[in-house]
Amino acid sequence: MTMSFSYALAHHFLPEAILAVGVLALILLGAWRGARAFALVNELTVGLLTLAIVILMLGGKTEAELFEGAFIDDAFARFMKVLTLVGSLATVLMSVDYLRRAKLAKFEFPVLVLLSTLGMMLLASANNLIALYLGLELMSLALYVVAAFDRDDARASEAGLKYFVLGALSSGMMLYGASLLYGFAGTVSFDGIAKAITGAPPLGATFGLVFVLAGLAFKISAAPFHMWTPDVYEGAPTPVTAFFASATKMAAIAITARIVETAFPSVTSQWRQIVIFLSVASMLLGAFAAIGQNNIKRLMAYSSIGHMGFALVGLAAGSEAGVRGVAIYMAMYLAMTLGVFAAILAMRVDGRCVETIPDLAGLSRTNGVTAFFLAMLMFSLAGIPPLGGFFAKYYVFLAAVDAELYPLAVLGVLASAIAAYYYLRIVKVIYFDEPAPAFDAAPISVRAVLAVSTVFMLGFWLYPAPIVEAASAAAKSLF
Amino acid sequence: MAVAFFYLFSTIIIASAFMVIVARNPVHSVLFLILAFVNGAGLFLLAGAEFLAMILIIVYVGAVAVLFLFVVMMLDVDFAELKQGFQKYLPVGAAVGIVVLAELGFVALGWQSAPSAHDAAAAPIVAGITNTAALGRVLYTKYFVFFQASALVLLTAMIGAIVLTLRHRPSIKRQNIAEQNARTRQNVIDIKKVPSRAGI
Repeated sequence: MTMSFSYALAHHFLPEAILAVGVLALILLGAWRGARAFALVNELTVGLLTLAIVILMLGGKTEAELFEGAFIDDAFARFMKVLTLVGSLATVLMSVDYLRRAKLAKFEFPVLVLLSTLGMMLLASANNLIALYLGLELMSLALYVVAAFDRDDARASEAGLKYFVLGALSSGMMLYGASLLYGFAGTVSFDGIAKAITGAPPLGATFGLVFVLAGLAFKISAAPFHMWTPDVYEGAPTPVTAFFASATKMAAIAITARIVETAFPSVTSQWRQIVIFLSVASMLLGAFAAIGQNNIKRLMAYSSIGHMGFALVGLAAGSEAGVRGVAIYMAMYLAMTLGVFAAILAMRVDGRCVETIPDLAGLSRTNGVTAFFLAMLMFSLAGIPPLGGFFAKYYVFLAAVDAELYPLAVLGVLASAIAAYYYLRIVKVIYFDEPAPAFDAAPISVRAVLAVSTVFMLGFWLYPAPIVEAASAAAKSLF
Repeated sequence: MAVAFFYLFSTIIIASAFMVIVARNPVHSVLFLILAFVNGAGLFLLAGAEFLAMILIIVYVGAVAVLFLFVVMMLDVDFAELKQGFQKYLPVGAAVGIVVLAELGFVALGWQSAPSAHDAAAAPIVAGITNTAALGRVLYTKYFVFFQASALVLLTAMIGAIVLTLRHRPSIKRQNIAEQNARTRQNVIDIKKVPSRAGI
């Protein structure tokens, strides 16, 4: 018994264990060395995250449930965890220079990112309601703190407080829904809930489902639970915004897909209505509300709301192809978002951060390489073939059409056409407007993230097999 | 008898929760909150969960509520200003509240559990073992990973509080006990011979 348990721990819980033990060691190191530990803690954090990614990618391909079914390690969890870890890794790499310049170089930042990442990994593997809640709280609590990390800045403090209050409200809703589900099923495990639902579920269980989905929709900032997103994205320090837009979304979408597919597989028609509503509302809001934005961080907030709507199109299909579409969409979205935020971090004139769209004017003449990369990312976000963003949309719409959700697919294509306007406007500003003051040279890590994500978007169609195959395996493990 | 106590405790909880919101004096609000917690502990006792009842008293009344009281008394918060929008938002808030209440009423009236849930609902209190021991048996075995994850959540909260509020002020004079104890007669007293009529 003990042998097999330690075997299971070593083969299925190793990345989480490494991060948990590592983060405790880093806290000790930081407390001992004080402010001098910043660089070292950052380097060790990068090392831990890389190690976790390598273990997940090279590790076993088997599926296992640990801790009496609370934690599940399957292909879907591994796929989403790798995406989450890549988001966290890029955040830590890009944050070093920003934090030093903003006089925020405290070792607690990488530590909090690591704790949040650990919560996200537990969330991606959560297989019952308690694990879901604990993972979500570990992730969110660290996010509230990093949002307000620039504590002397009124906008950052406002962002942290707003996120905290609304996050507490969404947690409350989710807990209430979870209590209704437990009251109905008499068990917290997702499989147990699925077994308890035979035939049409009673009102109480449906209510529980609605409340839990509302709480999760808040975390993925799907409309109409998106109100906090633009303010928090604008107010928080830019690397933190990049973290919110990348890693957090991966974990939240992962648990949403898992809970609807494993706990409610027999009542697809019930949750499909909710997911379709969230999806349509998010796509339309993302398309229309971003048009008038002048601040690029706010624009990216609306853009991320819209993209979550597109990802939910795949989930609404409720099929294996749909989940595969979601997984591919999240991978593409991660690369595009990280690239764009790297470009935003490079927007610095005379050492001062600028973040409005006119500041990008004529970038092609002052910094041709960055301009080209950013323009390609904008084309990809707009979904123009043959860039990666096009394939992301292709797979989710294909799944929706297969599930005979024609109106949803049509609305999605329309929303994506409208959204293309403001992405292309940025390309126009970059290439055809009179140059604004040139940007300072960006640090190497920021340029590297920008270049890698753009090359990934440009080259995806040449060799899509690794991502598509991994996403197919991931989707298969949920059904 | 137990039913009578159930209704007594429940009524007091609802009434004091209402008073928490409407009391004009914030200190009274906190005291009503404590009353609600104590009656909640009474409900747990009725359900046979004496460990949870005592934890509720110790943690929520003993620590959390007292901390609230501290914050309310020590911080200079203008509660009149906080309540300013109350009248303005009352109609919308009340409308939303009534709709949600009605919906929850439907849920409660039409409540149905799955047949498989009845075993869990009848969860027998294990004979010959106290609540505390029964919890201890599962907390460190079956729920081990949750226990560790909760610990990490609390650690995160602690780090967050320190990051957001701790300020090192170099200008403040602090007592350094080691330095004080290390003082000796030789290195702090300097004896000078002052020549007559010369001064120093």
